[in-house]
Amino acid sequence: MARKSRSDRQTREADVSRRSFLSGAAVAGAAATGATSTTALAATAPDPAAAPRLPSAARPSAMVAAAEVGTPRALPAGAKDGAAGSDFMVDVIKSLDIKYLPCNPASSFRALHESLINYGGNKQPEFLTCTHEEAAVAMCHGYFKIAGKPLMTVVHGTVGLQHATMAIYNAWCDRVPVIVLGGTDLDAAHRPPGVPTIHSAVDINSIVRDFTKWDDQPTSLEHFAQSMVRAYRFAMTPPYEPVAIAVDAELQESTIREEGETLYIPRYIASAPPAGDPNAVREAAKLLVNAERPVIVADRAARTPDGMKRLVELAELLQAPVVDQGGRMNFPNTHHLRRAAAVIAQADVVLGLELTDFWATVNLHVDNGEYDGHGLNETRVKPGTKLISINSVELHTKSNYQDFQRFQVVDVGMAADAEATLPSLIEAVRAAIPNDRKDAIAKRGEASRKAHEEARARNLQLAAIGWDATPISTARLCMEIWPHIKDLDWSMVGSERQMSSWPSRLWKMDTHYRHIGGPGGYGVGYSSPAAVGAALANRDLGRFSLNLQTDGDMMYVPGVLWTAARHKIPMLTVMHNNRGYHQETMHVQRMSNRRNRVAYLGKDLGPLGTRIENPDIDYATLAKSMGWWSAGPITDPNDIGPTIKKAVEVVKAGEPALVDTVTQPR
Amino acid sequence: MRSFAFRAAVAASFALASASAAVAPGSPEKGKTAFIVHGCFQCHGTVGQGSVATSRGKVLYDTQLPIEAFIGFVRGTNRAMPPYSEKILSDADLTDIYAYLESLPKPADYKMIPLLNNP
Repeated sequence: MARKSRSDRQTREADVSRRSFLSGAAVAGAAATGATSTTALAATAPDPAAAPRLPSAARPSAMVAAAEVGTPRALPAGAKDGAAGSDFMVDVIKSLDIKYLPCNPASSFRALHESLINYGGNKQPEFLTCTHEEAAVAMCHGYFKIAGKPLMTVVHGTVGLQHATMAIYNAWCDRVPVIVLGGTDLDAAHRPPGVPTIHSAVDINSIVRDFTKWDDQPTSLEHFAQSMVRAYRFAMTPPYEPVAIAVDAELQESTIREEGETLYIPRYIASAPPAGDPNAVREAAKLLVNAERPVIVADRAARTPDGMKRLVELAELLQAPVVDQGGRMNFPNTHHLRRAAAVIAQADVVLGLELTDFWATVNLHVDNGEYDGHGLNETRVKPGTKLISINSVELHTKSNYQDFQRFQVVDVGMAADAEATLPSLIEAVRAAIPNDRKDAIAKRGEASRKAHEEARARNLQLAAIGWDATPISTARLCMEIWPHIKDLDWSMVGSERQMSSWPSRLWKMDTHYRHIGGPGGYGVGYSSPAAVGAALANRDLGRFSLNLQTDGDMMYVPGVLWTAARHKIPMLTVMHNNRGYHQETMHVQRMSNRRNRVAYLGKDLGPLGTRIENPDIDYATLAKSMGWWSAGPITDPNDIGPTIKKAVEVVKAGEPALVDTVTQPR
Repeated sequence: MRSFAFRAAVAASFALASASAAVAPGSPEKGKTAFIVHGCFQCHGTVGQGSVATSRGKVLYDTQLPIEAFIGFVRGTNRAMPPYSEKILSDADLTDIYAYLESLPKPADYKMIPLLNNP
């Protein structure tokens, strides 16, 4: 759409400004508090009609309080006469087809908030009330990994963005696009004193610049339009990453004038993902085809359902085993070529696709304090093993945060998106396979089929150990859940790594949405809100969402349970309640041993400070208090199945349900 | 390399054993308590079931090691599992833990558990 207009920033002096509007609000708000305060404020409050500047000596606490809670006495003239700047912002946002807005409300974007729900009709995006900005961003994170489309959130540019940072870092490390808007009030001379000034900064995005792909602070509405579309496009070009846009309160609350430049919204056209260089692709194909024991390792390779299909095609062409590191659901675990990481030791060529850590893929670090405390490093592969890397992160990385991991020399490196490169790599491999290699390649497949079946039987036997144990074994928990979901179109929206990866080892996982990987940055507090976000996407697709939820993570932003209930997001959360920060338990134990000291437990079952017990948290009651159906804590494994059955029916009826189970550590 | 280290630790433990008196049998009941109190269960599970995440998949319900080798391994290991000195975990406690692990029943064949035969 186009409007002939100009921001009132240029014509502010001649107009009734929003500052006078705030002044009016201050008087009205003060009036509501009683005669004494009204009288006191009236003596200092300026006449709104005169529209003078606020004096520097204005009483900040009364003004701020009134501005925060007061009812406007009269709308500013501009709002009557023309469209609000934030209405145009909503038009821009709508052009990007963003479906939801997980958000915690805040005054620095009150105008945009008002426009979203009134002018925008609370559709595209629909406002989802969140109780913490970290939860809002993590919901966006989880949603994308199911829907393949980004969401946006809006936060206070200072305190809200500070809350949101860890979740943004997780999204950065997990290569997920999230659009983060931050409210701020740049005009130091005219913004209200007190809280609105505390909540403003010269450069709000500075705290997330090291882990966002791009950010901007538009100074006009047209600038906002271009920056939003640009940000969306950058975020959605691999490597996917979060972006941040500051939205000035003045700009939001401005009025579009019937003069000056024509506002327009640039059309969003997706950029093609970067594919590998043809020469490098041919070189990689040659190495793979001539290898005796090629191994494919994938981490965040399958960005879309097509990625998994392509990876299967390449693996079958080479009959090469595939190690899925689980950043995404890359490869079906039902396929005979899916193998455990140990197969890497046999490789003569390793193809790494979007690996977070190629070094640790082919090397082992033992944290045993040797070598001046640096620990022991060993290679996992044979000498001479050729390494090929296709990784889009090389196209865009930053120096401060160390998510790029240790440096690993590779023989062929492509700074390119793996999924976009797979079609040409498949064709190059197909063209390079000589007829006299086909029998040898087929035999590799037979060996893999046997190894795959043996691994399946081994996992089942391992699952039988501790079958009747209390606390409940994580393998038993998984297999008690399985009969109740296996015939549904299910999607695991939580992380499985804290449960010894039993779901991937025991359940049939054959499509790209069976699991969505982990947090990326390992910032605790990701799982529960990301699961709600992913369940939201699954709700719209008619899928059943299952979240295996750790207790420590749950306690970071438990308020997201309320968001799920409030917005009718059906999902089954099963608590893996081991009553501890288990990873840290082991770290403190390791350090105690290294220093030959007995770890102090206090009254707990692990080193002091690492357990979540005494008192034990009642997660069922917690969930119930926020509108969930819930049950537990369950300590007898025989009670799990019947309870899960009831919970599944609740979820199928459209409500969230939580079952708390007390479990083994891992 | 890893298996070499394990073998070395076991060999060292046999050397220790040959130079010391036979270890008296421990108490499974006390061993269960020690297994919990000393945090063994954090990585190995309460019944020695292990985990791919914390014990590299190793299970303890059936150590297949003589007690001397078992104690020697706990004292000498320095890989994923940190070594436990006698100050941290006494020989007596380790002997009881060994007895506890030896007392654990052999798990059922998975083919006899219906839920593990439910593809």
